[in-house]
Amino acid sequence: MSKILQKIIDKQGFVLTDGATGTNLFNMGLMAGDAPEMWNEEHPDRITKLYQSAVDAGSDLFLTNSFGGNASRLKLHNAGHRARELSRMAAEIGREVADKCDRDIVVAGSVGPTGEIMGAAGTLSHEDAVEIFEEQAHGLLEGGADVLWVETISAPEEYAAAAEAMQNVGADWCGTMSFDTAGRTMMGTTSTGMVEMIAGMDYKPFAFGANCGVGASDLLRTVMGFSDTGTERPIIAKGNAGIPKYVDGHIHYDGTPELMAEYALMARNAGATIIGGCCGTMPEHLSAMRKALDSTAKGEKPSLEQISASIGPFSSEHDGTGDTSNQPARRKRRRG
Amino acid sequence: MSDEEDIILSELSDDELVPQMHDDLYDGMKEEIEEGVNILLERGWMPYDVLTKALVEGMRIVGIDFRDGILFVPEVLLAANAMKGGMAILKPLLAETGAPRLGNMVIGTVKGDIHDIGKNLVTMMMEGAGFEVKDLGINNPVENYIDELESGEYDILGMSALLTTTMPYMKVVIDTMVEKGMRDDYTVLVGGAPLNDEFGKAIGADAYCRDAAVAVETAKEFMAKKHNQLSA
Repeated sequence: MSKILQKIIDKQGFVLTDGATGTNLFNMGLMAGDAPEMWNEEHPDRITKLYQSAVDAGSDLFLTNSFGGNASRLKLHNAGHRARELSRMAAEIGREVADKCDRDIVVAGSVGPTGEIMGAAGTLSHEDAVEIFEEQAHGLLEGGADVLWVETISAPEEYAAAAEAMQNVGADWCGTMSFDTAGRTMMGTTSTGMVEMIAGMDYKPFAFGANCGVGASDLLRTVMGFSDTGTERPIIAKGNAGIPKYVDGHIHYDGTPELMAEYALMARNAGATIIGGCCGTMPEHLSAMRKALDSTAKGEKPSLEQISASIGPFSSEHDGTGDTSNQPARRKRRRG
Repeated sequence: MSDEEDIILSELSDDELVPQMHDDLYDGMKEEIEEGVNILLERGWMPYDVLTKALVEGMRIVGIDFRDGILFVPEVLLAANAMKGGMAILKPLLAETGAPRLGNMVIGTVKGDIHDIGKNLVTMMMEGAGFEVKDLGINNPVENYIDELESGEYDILGMSALLTTTMPYMKVVIDTMVEKGMRDDYTVLVGGAPLNDEFGKAIGADAYCRDAAVAVETAKEFMAKKHNQLSA
């Protein structure tokens, strides 16, 4: 139970999160391949600016610059031993920004995936994953994060390892997965599968949901899958601002601020309480989303047809939920 | 106990055993695949036939269901692992018997990009389909690709990028190949979450591959074209 998140939800009915971290940092001069977490030490002014831009655009919550700040990712930059320290710095900068603001702002300590494969065919053990997450969690809490925010997870095993780490450090936490493969995560988890998984967990997140993935319309379909189960746990929707396009040697996301405002309203109508953007979502998108959420009352739950008509087509016909009798299934095998 | 009797692989005729091996690959059963490979070899099958008819065909089915969103990464990894078990037995025999090779590939994630899950998956699926793959790992500058291509007998170059900021580097590699007059000697395949067909064409690749299954199918098509041209 996160008191500050609950307080904001009670007050305004929703929480607006931040948008992209990577896209914004690249615009500030981060070079491809560099670890963004190094900037917590080398360029704290730029990280302050990143957080402040979300707050100024109307976000109630921002994620710390620590997505890849675990030992498994940082070791690729020869900084595996600095996970706790760099994560702490990310949260410290966030704490300062939040404390200076005259309204409630949540500093959410971002915890991204390890990048390793777990489970039967994987190379990372449960124990090692818990240790990796726990180390980062300590750093984020020391730096003053209000809540820890596990995101972009594909494997249920990794979500479970993160949950155990959160329990070990006693953190309030939220956790989202990335549904990027025919409506499922890369590892095959469906939206309803995620709800069932959380129902079976000992140390449940305060809120759960989806981030990143394909476009904003796919993400909304996933949110519909969550809310159709009747879950009472707050649902998080953090979708990308459209789809990346290659134009004149540069990449840009094709979602306009108007589209993201429409997406935010639909996410709320679909049952999400904690709403924001992911890749490609810039401050101008967030401002439009804030304005739309503040000035529009919550409406009826949309249909999938309404979502695709307003936001864009889905990347796949099915997402593995609902009536699966007409969906492609595994081949019948002759062994038992 | 289920009502079904256990399947004894050695009691199956060739016509039953091969489809059973396809099933077992689908289910990622490594020991059963190794057993099946040994049985076929004992029955006098050529190693190349075991590879193509039992293993590659089985992985092709896995690839189709992966492409269609029926199987997901964990199942594919288990299938590839089972395939590897069979390949370990066949590899020395294939070399001895001078079996035709399907093709050799160099693969790597481009400079500035440290993501490797997608690339690893392509490597496994390509090996599963019978290709030889040299994996250069992550964060590769153009020299790594060129040096490796020049050092061996390769047919295909595969490049991967997960970041929108690193994918343009693929063009640097292709442009360098053009400058060196070696571009037409290779099939260049590119992949990664933010890419698309349009991008593949724009940078001068032969094809963009949406996922590992598509990569395998595309590689096979290009190799078939190449063989046809050589024999024409």
